[in-house]
Amino acid sequence: MPIDILYFAWVREAIGQGSERVDPPADVTTVAALIDWLAVRGGGYATAFENRDRLRTAVDQVFVPLDTGLVGAREVAIFPPVTGG
Amino acid sequence: MIRVVVQEAPIDLAAEFAGAEADDAGAVATFTGLVRGDDGVTELALEHYPGATERALEVLCDEAVARWTLAKAVIVHRVGPMVPGDRVVFVATTARHRAAALEACAFLIDRLKTGAPFWKRERRGSEARWVEARESDDAAAARWG
Repeated sequence: MPIDILYFAWVREAIGQGSERVDPPADVTTVAALIDWLAVRGGGYATAFENRDRLRTAVDQVFVPLDTGLVGAREVAIFPPVTGG
Repeated sequence: MIRVVVQEAPIDLAAEFAGAEADDAGAVATFTGLVRGDDGVTELALEHYPGATERALEVLCDEAVARWTLAKAVIVHRVGPMVPGDRVVFVATTARHRAAALEACAFLIDRLKTGAPFWKRERRGSEARWVEARESDDAAAARWG
């Protein structure tokens, strides 16, 4: 199933785009595995995903930990810790 | 009643204050966050996650309304480029008595800082950098359980 991925803040800048649609292989079953799969592309992906402790994620607009499953996910967002207010 | 707005336009304090009042409510507590000109900051730009931001703020307002029996909970958050002195965020809570309004207002601003997808980027002249999250903000959010 294709998944829309959104990137924000310095993750977006490192990767060079704010969103993309991907179709990961069947063995990519969690958000963490999706990040591993994308990081293999190297370049900005490898830079953005170098330190997993600095990444936060949302699945279908709900904040979730990286070990969350991707079953039924349509939109995954990857971003740094938030700094609003 | 909750009111959540994420906007690029400046925050109209007079209109928001007036809108926060309600019949049968004896107390309105408000918080206004301003852009600080710390260490020569010339611009602060706020990025957000459209849709998810509003949803996260609505969840926080719903929680505050239920926990403190509020008549109203309001969050207006600005995004895009701002300069020192500009209002970044306005929070208002309306209740029968002051304790509920004041506590709920503190709850909303503490939780908002760590629980809603906004990212700040500071510019000092020609140099720009993303603001790092602070542990003190996590601690402030955690005190509400």
